This record gives sequence, C-alpha cells and structure tokens, in this order.
Amino acid sequence: MAKADMLGESLWDAYSNKVTTLMNNPQHQGEISEAEAESRGNQLIVADFGAESCGDAVRLYWEIDPSNDVIVDSKFKSFGCGTAIASSDIMTELCIGKTVDEAVKITNIDVEFALRDDPDTPAVPPQKMHCSVMAYDVIKKAAGLYKGVDAESFEEEIIVCECARVSLSTLREVIRLNDLTTIEQITDYTKAGGFCKSCIRPGGHEEREWYLVDILRDTRKEMDEEKMKAAADAGATGDFANMTLVQQIKAVDAVIDESVRQFLIMDGGDMEVIDIKKSDEYIDIYIRYLGACNGCASSATGTLYAIESTLKEKLSKNIRVLPI
Amino acid sequence: MQVYLDNNATTMVDPLVVEAMLPYFSEQYGNPNSLHKFGTSSHPALAKAIDQVYTALNASDNDDIVFTSCATESNNWVLQSIFVDMVLNGDKNHMVTTEVEHPSILATCRFLEEQGVKITYLPVNDQGVVEAHTVRSFITDKTALVSVMWASNETGMIFPIKEIGEICKEKGVLFHSDGVQAIGKIPVDLQSLHVDFVSMSAHKFHGPKGIGALYIRNSQKLTPLLHGGEHMGGRRSGTLNVPYIVGMGKAIELATTNIEETAAKIRKKRDRLEDAIMQISDTMIVGNRENRTPNTILVSVKGVEGESMLWDLNKGEIGASTGSACASEELEANTAMLAIGADNELAHTGIRLSLSRFTTDAEIDYAISHFQNAVKRLRSISSSYATQQPTKGGEAKDCELHHP
Repeated sequence: MAKADMLGESLWDAYSNKVTTLMNNPQHQGEISEAEAESRGNQLIVADFGAESCGDAVRLYWEIDPSNDVIVDSKFKSFGCGTAIASSDIMTELCIGKTVDEAVKITNIDVEFALRDDPDTPAVPPQKMHCSVMAYDVIKKAAGLYKGVDAESFEEEIIVCECARVSLSTLREVIRLNDLTTIEQITDYTKAGGFCKSCIRPGGHEEREWYLVDILRDTRKEMDEEKMKAAADAGATGDFANMTLVQQIKAVDAVIDESVRQFLIMDGGDMEVIDIKKSDEYIDIYIRYLGACNGCASSATGTLYAIESTLKEKLSKNIRVLPI
Repeated sequence: MQVYLDNNATTMVDPLVVEAMLPYFSEQYGNPNSLHKFGTSSHPALAKAIDQVYTALNASDNDDIVFTSCATESNNWVLQSIFVDMVLNGDKNHMVTTEVEHPSILATCRFLEEQGVKITYLPVNDQGVVEAHTVRSFITDKTALVSVMWASNETGMIFPIKEIGEICKEKGVLFHSDGVQAIGKIPVDLQSLHVDFVSMSAHKFHGPKGIGALYIRNSQKLTPLLHGGEHMGGRRSGTLNVPYIVGMGKAIELATTNIEETAAKIRKKRDRLEDAIMQISDTMIVGNRENRTPNTILVSVKGVEGESMLWDLNKGEIGASTGSACASEELEANTAMLAIGADNELAHTGIRLSLSRFTTDAEIDYAISHFQNAVKRLRSISSSYATQQPTKGGEAKDCELHHP
C-alpha cells in the first residue's frame, strides 16, 4: 500500500482501447453451421469451455480444410464479461489462417498480448488475466477433438498459474535458487499468483490441482531436509560447527563415552550433556556433574579442563564447557 | 439522457440539503464546544437537526441518537463494544448475525471470531430473508447480541425486525439492526418495536456522505469506540461535524415527511420498470415485490453476465450495479447472491436497479428501452443462446474449473 493504492483503480479504466472496442463490437461473434462448413468441403469443430453457472462460458467454432489442416474460418459465442468477450474475439482472429498444430501453440499470454494497445501496457487488470485462459483452454479442446486426442496431451508441463503460465518445475527452481519463503516473493519473482489469485490457496475463484502454498511448503521442507542431510554428512567428516543440535549432542556423547566417562566412573561420578548453544565466537556445551563429581573440588578445575581440552581436540577448538 | 439507478449505493444530495448546510462552512464555523458566541451560534441548528432525526424515527427522548462518520462506524461500534462490554468484561461469548449482512458487519464479525467470539451466520430463505424463528433457535445463554439488517442492500427485501425484536426482548439478548437501506425508504418507527441499536447513514437518503448515526435505546451502556473529548455526551468523540449534522437532519426530514406518499410514487415507477423487464424472456426477479423496499429490483437475465450488462447500460449512460464475481476486485461472488442460492447463475447474472424520489418517468422509459437493447445484443453474443451444438465430446462439463 502506498499513495497510488489509496484510491482503487476503476476496473474498466484498466482495459485497453482494443478490449473496449472489441467488447463494443466483436468482429468474429457468431456461428458456423455444419451445413455451411460441409458446403465448402470443410470440417466443422465446435468446442465448449466453462458454463454459465461458473461465470464464463465460451463456444469456439473452427472451419478446417481437411486437406491441409488449416483453420479457414473461426467464430465464437461467449457468456462472460467484457474481457471474456474481447479475449474470445481476438482468439478467433489468431486462429484464422493457422494450421491446427500452429493454433494449439497459442497461449493465453498471446491472447492478452494481442489485446494490448502498446506492448508495454497490460490489456486488462491483473484479476482479468483469467479470462484469456479460457481462450487457451477452448483451443486445446477444439484441437483435441479434431485430432481425436485428449486436450491435456497438448500440455507438456504442469502449469500451476495459468494466468502467467508458470510451471511447477519453474516454481520449484525459483524457490530453491532464491531461497524464497513467502507467496509475495514468489509472485515478485515469477508473477505466479499475481492475477486471478486462484492458484495461491484453495478457496479462490477456481479449484486447482496445485497451489502455491503447498508448493512453497513442500519445497521448503525438501530444502530443510537437504540441509540436514548436508549437516549429517558434515558430521561424518568432522565439521562440528555445521551439525544440527542433535548431531552435536551425539558427537559430544561419543567423545565423552570414548575418552572421559570411564575416568569419572572410576571416581564414583559421571556427567551428562544438558544443552549446546552456539554464539559467534564459542560453542558452549552445558554439562551437569553426577554422583561423586558433584561438589568435587576438581570438577571446576582439573576435571573440567580435561573434559574441555578433549572435546576441543576431537571436535572444535571453539568449544567451551560450562558446568551447571 | 443520464439515468442513475444505483441509489442503494449512494444518492444525490438534495439541493435543499446543500442549501441548509452552506451557512455552517464559512459563516458559522465555530466549534460548538467553545464558550464564545462563534461556537454557540451553531447550537440552534444542531438542536434542530437532532429534533429532525428523533422525529423522523419516532425515537423517545430517553433514547440516544449519536452522530458518527458513517454506518460502517456505527456497525463497528456496536459489535466491537459489545465484545468489550459483554465478552471481555462479561460472561458471554456468542453473537448471531446473517449471511447477507453488509461487509462492515461480516468483516467485523470475522475480526471478532479471531478474538475468540463464536458467531452464528443465519441463512436466508429463497426470498433472501431470515425467518424470525431461526433467530430464536440459535440464541443461547451465552449470546450477547443479535444483529440483523433491516432491509437488504442487494435485494431490497425487508427483514422481520418486529418479530426478531420480540424474540430478543423475551430472551434478554441485545438486538442491533443495520437500518441503512430501510431508513428513508420505508417507515421506521422505533417506538413501535423493540430494537436496542440501529445504524444509519445520511448518504442513502439524499444527505451527504461522511455522516451517519447510531440509535441507542434508553441511553444504555455501550463503551465508546472513539475516545477523546466530551462530545455527544462522551459517547462519540471528535469535533461535531456541524454542516453535515445539519445536512443529515434536513435530509431525514425530507425523506420521511409523507414517506408513504413518496414511497408509493417510487414504487409505481419501480413496478413499471420491473414489469417491463419481466416481459423479457428468461428473466427472474428476486423477492416478492410487496416485501421489498419500494425502489429496488434485483433481476437475473439468463445468458447475460452481470458485468457485461453493466457495461452496456453504462454505454447508454445508465448507472446500475451487479453482484457478479467478475466485476469485483477479487473475483469473489457476492455473499448475498450466493446465500439466496436460488441458482448459481444469479451470482453471475444479477443486476440491481435502485430508484430514488428523483427518478422520473422519462428516465424509466429510457432505462426500459436501453435494458431491452442491451439484453438483445448480449444474448446475440452469448453462448447460452447459440444454436449449433458442440462437436461430440466438445461439450463442457458443468463448471469444470470454478467453484459453483
């Protein structure tokens, strides 16, 4: 929030002139009938996406020349808001003249870009990017019908944010490389989640298979596990300072068992490790004396010195031992 | 011609109200709390405004009507202070409201839930109204407050405030009503029924924005929301907004004098518009017209998405409103529309037309003709009215992606 956000932007003011013009007067609105296509020796494909009860629905018509798979004409019908109608209109325009294989490569990003007045200014406000996704979905569906394959087969990777077309693999990579910890950071780095917001968490405008919150949580968990594994590996090679607390306690116990405990037990005493705290300079190991060691004069002098120097030698020169 | 049919959002300030306010900006600008005559000279006008508001609502002299900045403040005040008085400093932990309240109630309730208060959101029937008996069944001995709107901003439907008031009185539970959409539109007589608190806002009845009030029955306890000076008997601090209080007094007087007569005139125009819309095929009006504020129509037009409809009406210089999810910042469907639940399409096709006493017959004629044209154009584009059916396998599963 800042001065620019104090007065919310008017939705319609953020539409490009092209969106406004096409909403007011769509160029390819209408139908192509089976009979019309047949009379020209062409094949008609009609695909629906969405439904009135969802808030937007589009019906795409393709008249295809079967000799070369070229879409010779295309029309649409749309139940939706202004940006849905304008997106559908520009979608049909982008399809005309292309082969089915070429058309299936048209994404929602292309649709939105074609609606821009100038290349640097978005055609629609962020929450309306979603409308162009419908265009992309219905093209895949039409192509699937023509080629007799499932629409999903045109998608090579898992797209998490459809508005910005950000894939699962990209998200995982960006979270890792940049050590991202919040959804806001993910949106800043990838644009994912910055538009209709459905992909952020369940309960948004659309139900999704993947949500950013889950991807972030799972990736962070993987990163933590890797860090721990790295620390464990560091333990094996003797890098005490980089071990986890549990590993450090285990390492200290191992040294005590090997080189210290037997001498304490001989004198009727023992000790236990209470805690380990790391500061910039020292690694402080808090211990408690047990049995005869408790109150023994040497426990604060000679014995303590022996324990500390053994641990220093075996684990890290920064160790201090503090009896409590 | 420009036609403003969004009077449930806000209204034009009546020029007579502006005229009444004008002397209190640059002529009589004193602080009414000051001892000198600059301050005290505004007292007669303030006293008159207070009289006008009490008279308009038939409030008793034992009641308080405290001026606030808006109804959002009044609503926040009641809910947050009942929380302080009866939950934090009492043994209650529950409030009852409805699914269709204004965001200033619903968002405050969610805030209170975060503070540990249990909130019951009452459902509405297919008319969009909470039935009084459901209120009774949810009141427990831990209930501090029942808050139910007097009339709906979206549908105009009038809630059974008298019956709910009796139930609350019998159960010994405080009762608040957000009266924003009722006051100035239908007669509101606060001595003819039992309600503890009523919120109101001047800009809904041709007064200025930025001034509202909270009615408090019998001057009962309610911890202030705004602390500060001793303004309004210490109930609501902040220098009295003299011109706006004067404006609100004048506006409520104008809106409630002969209200039955004025309402009948508005209703006649509204019914004419509604009848014309019902002539269009596949339209559905929400709520029985007899139990609605006389100025409001909520209509669902099959095959025409609400924002598109608003767009085409706007091209014809007609201002209306839609609850369509597509027209909202967060693409969230309007809670009131969803709560009515008559069909999911209402959430995407609902158009609200709300008249005022300034709406003319010529404007209604103009609106009817533009409404018909907009429906015709948008249905010609709409996939809902396409004739060529999809290729086999190309049909959409109903709502394959979205929440219904």
